Amino acid sequence: MKKTALMFSLLMIASMILSACGGAAGGNTIPVGGIGELTGDIPAVGASFKNAAEMAVQEVNDAGGLEVGGKKYKIEFFIEDNAGKADQSASAAQKLITQQNVVAIIGPNASRYAIPASEIAESSKVVLITPWSTNPKTTLDANTNQPKKYVFRACFIDPFQGRVVAKFALDNLKATKAAVLYDVASDYNKGIAEFFKQTYEENGGQVVAFETYTTGDKDFTAQLTKIKEAQPEVIFLPNYYSEVPLQIQQAHRLGITAPFLGSDSWGSGELLSLCGSDCEGYYFSTHYAPDNATPVAKKFIDAYKAKYGSTPDDVAALTYDAFGLLWQSLQTAGKVDRQAVRDALAQIPKYEGVTGTMSFKEGSGDPIKSAVILQIKGGKFVFFANAAP
Amino acid sequence: MIYILQQSLNALQLGSIYALIALGYTMVYGILTMINFAHGDLFMVGAFFCFIGATYLKLPFVPTLLFSMLGVGLLGVVIERLAYRPLRQAPRVSAVITALGVGIFLESVVLVIYPYPQHIPTLIPNVTWNVGGITVSSLQVIIVLLSIALLVMLDFIVRRTMVGMAMRAISWDRTVVPLMGVPVNLVISATFFIGTSLGAAAGTMYALAFPVIDPYMGILIGWKAFICAVVGGIGNIRGAMIGGFILGIVEIMVAAYLPSTYRDFIAFTLLLVLLVFRPYGILGKPRPQKV
Repeated sequence: MKKTALMFSLLMIASMILSACGGAAGGNTIPVGGIGELTGDIPAVGASFKNAAEMAVQEVNDAGGLEVGGKKYKIEFFIEDNAGKADQSASAAQKLITQQNVVAIIGPNASRYAIPASEIAESSKVVLITPWSTNPKTTLDANTNQPKKYVFRACFIDPFQGRVVAKFALDNLKATKAAVLYDVASDYNKGIAEFFKQTYEENGGQVVAFETYTTGDKDFTAQLTKIKEAQPEVIFLPNYYSEVPLQIQQAHRLGITAPFLGSDSWGSGELLSLCGSDCEGYYFSTHYAPDNATPVAKKFIDAYKAKYGSTPDDVAALTYDAFGLLWQSLQTAGKVDRQAVRDALAQIPKYEGVTGTMSFKEGSGDPIKSAVILQIKGGKFVFFANAAP
Repeated sequence: MIYILQQSLNALQLGSIYALIALGYTMVYGILTMINFAHGDLFMVGAFFCFIGATYLKLPFVPTLLFSMLGVGLLGVVIERLAYRPLRQAPRVSAVITALGVGIFLESVVLVIYPYPQHIPTLIPNVTWNVGGITVSSLQVIIVLLSIALLVMLDFIVRRTMVGMAMRAISWDRTVVPLMGVPVNLVISATFFIGTSLGAAAGTMYALAFPVIDPYMGILIGWKAFICAVVGGIGNIRGAMIGGFILGIVEIMVAAYLPSTYRDFIAFTLLLVLLVFRPYGILGKPRPQKV
């Protein structure tokens, strides 16, 4: 009995070593990794990510492959689930890099998962493009505060988004007293709340309540009662789509009538079904507006609709763009090589994406691009305004 | 003044839900000296039964509540029969591990059926009244009144009925009582039924108050309710109620007057301090180990 167990574990180890050495690089395929929130607390994000990723890969493969340096390569796509956990994001990145030998990783999406995965990618010198992580820390080294060399994103960052929403509250809504309620345990929510506060106060606004909670809370009545006491003219909720409906419904039950503002985490179709009529009329900043699409975006939206039967949300659009950025940098690099792809990506002069035109400059993994403000109207997301960088 | 009254109302709502869940822990412990760690997940299943009743069966509020209580109550009985009864003579740690396993099983089953957070439709029309500056919602009133009614009913069952007397007798001595002709298995099943259906009632009301539900919603709440049961004195029914309301009040008041980030930290520090001075909980009595 013992001997069999020993033999078995030896076999296991041997096969692990073999598969690690073998890898998928070389040959006629390019291995690309993906990490998504397929289960856990924001599975709608993972589902959009998976849909758009598979579509992007299939488009290339259906066209006979991606032409890199005069040779056509098929894309081999490996998707890993991080289960909505930071540690599993890191181990998924590790697995993709060492076992599947991927050229680059797309994902994870939420900042709290993208940051741990990006640490692994950076230290292994493998390009990681996160579609949706807007926290500045994702592309910055935690120790030196210098930009990471191998980590990029397809979206704008929170300081920009915080600024856009703060300006919108002041200029468009003419609100000078704001309250904020945010998840203090999540990098994304915390970052954006702080940048909102900073910009709002620099521009003459007053943040009368700055309240927090932690991930998983469902009862916000204490904080909302406190916010009600402070009598804000607008309330900013930079929180995920699964929590926002609870917060707004509880606020309405407490008799709060001030309008609510949100950030790109609101942009999931799930928000509309969870919120019902409670979110009607409120605004949030995000990456693109399906109803105000450019020709490139329109082509993507139509293809996505035909394939999955729903309008792609911002995660899907950004995921598609992240793959687009990778294809373009592979082609510019002219060879399937991790370092060459990184160098090409770092200086993309112009990429015409679904979520607008973006460009990269050496020394930062953050693209230069603009944002839009959407309004929830008649149970739909409707384009309201553009916000340039 | 109005502010503190408003916050007290919030505390009462949260506390009554904690109290209802804490009862499930304390009843099972009282009778089996076993901690049913799957109870938080049974609470979650209660919320999902409420979702099924309200969304698919289109039931109004009261039938939904009864549907959830009955369904989860029976589930509790089945779990006891299949998972816990075979281990009744086994070391206590086996039962605890089994309970954790049952909890993970319930989470996973619900996750397979409903991978996305689900939205509960409005069963109770949302009416808010302004009582001297305090905003009171119809939902708050129903949750608080219904919880108190259930607590009073339970207290009556345990203290004034034959089943209740049998429960108390078994928790007093599990070896001798069967010799007196008390059907132990039946009484234990009844205890599980009552305990888990109270958890389901809490789950239903929680789902109505916070209408976004997911398969992991029971974990943290379950821990908190377990702590309420311990603080009140585990095994003691009135203690669990008191513990639930104490945690509700502390949590809301900390968030009301201090940065809300400190809420769990201060709430649990206070509970720890309390346990230092009363290690058996507020109403608990030391149980000498019989040799």
